[in-house]
Amino acid sequence: MPDILTAIWEALPFMLSGAWVNAVLIVGAMLVGLMLGVPLAVGQVYGCKPVRRVVQIYVWAFRGVPILVQLYLFYFGILAWASSIPWLGWAHLESPFLAAVLVLGLTSAAYQSQIFRGAILSLPAGQFKAARALGMSDATAITTIILPQALRLSIPGWSNEYSILLKDSALAFSVGVMEVMARTRAVASTTHQPLPLSILAGIIFFALTWVGVKALLALEKKVRIPGYSH
Amino acid sequence: MDDTWSFVTEQVIPGLNLGFWATVQLAVPSALLGLFTGIVVGVLRVYGPRPAQRLANGYVSFFRGTPLVVQLFCWYFGLPQICLFIESLGPVMGVLNALHLAWVPRLLVLSPMGAAILGFSLCSGAYHSEYVRGGLMSIRTGQIKAAQALGMSPMQTVLHVVLPQAVRRALPGCGNEIVYLIKYSSLASVVTVNELTGMARGIAKSTWRNTEVFFTVGVYYLLLVTLATFILGWVEDRLSLPGFERRRE
Amino acid sequence: MNDSDIILKVEGLSKAFGNKPVLQDATFTQRRGTLKVLVGPSGGGKSTLLQCINYLIPPDQGRVWLDGRQINPKSRRELSAYRQEVGMIFQDFNLFDHLNALENVRIALLKVKGMAKAAATERAMAELARVGLAGKADLYPAQLSGGQKQRVSIARALAMDPKVLLLDEPTSALDPELIGEVLTVIKDLAQAGITMIMATHQISFSASLADEFLFMEKGRIVEHGSPAELLGKDCCSRTQAFCAKLSELAGDAGQ
Repeated sequence: MPDILTAIWEALPFMLSGAWVNAVLIVGAMLVGLMLGVPLAVGQVYGCKPVRRVVQIYVWAFRGVPILVQLYLFYFGILAWASSIPWLGWAHLESPFLAAVLVLGLTSAAYQSQIFRGAILSLPAGQFKAARALGMSDATAITTIILPQALRLSIPGWSNEYSILLKDSALAFSVGVMEVMARTRAVASTTHQPLPLSILAGIIFFALTWVGVKALLALEKKVRIPGYSH
Repeated sequence: MDDTWSFVTEQVIPGLNLGFWATVQLAVPSALLGLFTGIVVGVLRVYGPRPAQRLANGYVSFFRGTPLVVQLFCWYFGLPQICLFIESLGPVMGVLNALHLAWVPRLLVLSPMGAAILGFSLCSGAYHSEYVRGGLMSIRTGQIKAAQALGMSPMQTVLHVVLPQAVRRALPGCGNEIVYLIKYSSLASVVTVNELTGMARGIAKSTWRNTEVFFTVGVYYLLLVTLATFILGWVEDRLSLPGFERRRE
Repeated sequence: MNDSDIILKVEGLSKAFGNKPVLQDATFTQRRGTLKVLVGPSGGGKSTLLQCINYLIPPDQGRVWLDGRQINPKSRRELSAYRQEVGMIFQDFNLFDHLNALENVRIALLKVKGMAKAAATERAMAELARVGLAGKADLYPAQLSGGQKQRVSIARALAMDPKVLLLDEPTSALDPELIGEVLTVIKDLAQAGITMIMATHQISFSASLADEFLFMEKGRIVEHGSPAELLGKDCCSRTQAFCAKLSELAGDAGQ
C-alpha cells in the first residue's frame, strides 16, 4: 500500500502540470472551432446551394472520422509532409501540439457549426426582417442582430462541447503531446502502478469537466438578457 | 498518382480489410452489451430503490466525465495490478487454493479485445442510460393510470404501454451513441487490438506512407459511420408515429 | 328498493396524503342505470374519490362492492377483473400516445380480455362509430382534437362493457367549442342507461340528466340529493350556493 501512496504523491505535481496542457489544448481548439464554426453555420443557413453543400461535406467528414485517425493523419501525414517543403521550414509545422489543436479545433468546428445553426434557426424570422426593414445589409444584420442572439443561445451546447473536447484532448498523447494521459502512461511505465495512476488521471479529468461546466454556467448567467431563455 | 493508387489497393486495403473485421467483432458486442447496460441502468435510475439510483447516477457521471482512453488504460493495465495484489496475499491464496479457485484472480487479466469490449460497453452504457432515462421519464403517469384502469397487469403495462413509447423516444439518442461507438472503437488500438486503426498504424510504420494510409482508413470509418447512420435512420423512420416524429437536423 | 338493483356500494373510503386528509369516510350506493354527479370546489376530493373507487389511488380505509361482491384489492387478479368492469375517463384523456384511435380502443380487448383480433377490431370499430369517430380510426392521438381524444377514450372504456363508468371532469381540459361534442356523447350514454359517476363543473347540463348530486368539500360528501332538491329555487343548500357562484363566474357554467 505505501508504495502506491508514494507513487501517487511523487507523480502528482507532474500529472497536475499536464492538466495545464489539456486546458490550453481545449481553449485553443474551442477558439479554432468558434472562429471556423460561426462562418460554417452562417454559410449553411444563409449560403447559396454550393456553399451549403460544402459545409455539409465538411461537417460529415469531420464528424465521421475518429479523432485518433485524424491525429495520425495530420501529425504523421499532412504536417510532416508540409514541413518538408523548404519555404515552410520556418513554421515548425511538425509539432504534436499544433496537430492536436488543429484536429480538435477542426472537428469542434463541425460540431459547433451545428450548435450555432440550431440557435440561428431557433430565432424568430421577424428578427432578420426587422433588421432589413431598418435598411441593414445582410452582413450587418447577421453580425449585429442574429449572431449576438444566437451565440447566447449556444452556451448550453458549448458546455456540452467543452466536456467532449476535454475527453478528446486525452487522445493527444497518441502523437506525443505531454498532457495528463501521456504523463499517466509515462509514470505508470516506470513505477508499475497503472491502476492508481489511471484513477488519478480520471479524477483530474473529472475535476476539469466540473470546473469548465461551472464556468460556462457562470458565463451564461453573465450574458443573459431579460426574457431570454432556451 | 498511379503509384499511390496501386499502393493503396495492393498494400493498404487488404490489411485494412483484416482490421475491418476486428472492428466489427469489437463494435457489435460492445454496442449490444452497452445497450443492455444502458437499459438496466436507465431503468434503475428511474424506477430503482433510492440507493440503486444513487449508485447508478454515480456510475454514469463518472464514466461520462472521464475520457474513454483513461478507462481503457485502467481495464487493460490497471486490473492486472489487482490480480497481483490478491496473489500476494498469502492467506487469501491459501483459501482459494484449497477451493481449487486459484485461477479466479487471473480473470482480471484481460485480453486486449476483452478489455476493449468491457471498456466500450461500460462507457457507452453510461451514455445509453441517459437516453433510456429520458425516454422513461417522458412517459406521463396518466398513461400508466389509464393502463391500470383498463385492468392491465404491471407486466402488460410495461410491455404494451411503457416500452413502445420509451423505445421511440430513446432511439435517436441511442442510435447516435452507437455511431459514436464505431468511431471510438479506434481507441482499442491503444490497448494493442489490431482493428482498423491498429492495422493502419502497422502499415504506416512499415511503409512510411502515412498520409495515404491514414486517409484511406479515414474513408473506411466515414463509410462505416454513414452506413450505420443510414440504417439507424431507416429504423427510426419505420418506428416513427405521429407525436413521436424523428427530430431531423 | 330491490337489493339486486344496487350495482356499486362504497363504504367509508378515506385517503390521506401525509397527514392531510383528502378523502374522508365517503359512503354511498348506486343503482343500476343511474347517473351520479360529483360537484364541489377543486381540491374537494372528487377526483380522489373516483380514483379510490377503482383503486388507482389505494384508499387507506373503506370497502367497495360491485354487483354485491366485495373487492379484495390485495389480489392482483381480482383487482384486474374489477377494473375491467369499471371504466374510467380521465380529465386529460390519457390515450396511449403510440397507438392510433382503433388500437387504443382495441388494446385492452386483445391483451386483457384475450379476444381474437378480428372480433376485437369489430367491437372497437363499433364503439368508435358510437362516439361518431368511425372515420378517424387510423389517426394517432397527436392528430386528434381534444374533443375527439376524449370521445376515443370513452369508446375505449365502453368497449370493455363496464358495469360502471367513472368520469373525472371529462370536459375540463377542453376548449369551450369542443365541450359540446363530448357532452352529447355523455348524454347519449345516460339515456342508454349506462351507470355513471361523473365529477364535473357543468352544472346545468348534469342537472338535467343526473339522478343524484353529491356535493364534496374538503374531502367529505357534505350534501346529497336529487338535483331538484339541492338546486331548487328556495333551497339554501351548499350545493346551490356553490353552483350560483359558478354561474356568476362563467355567465352560465353549464351551458
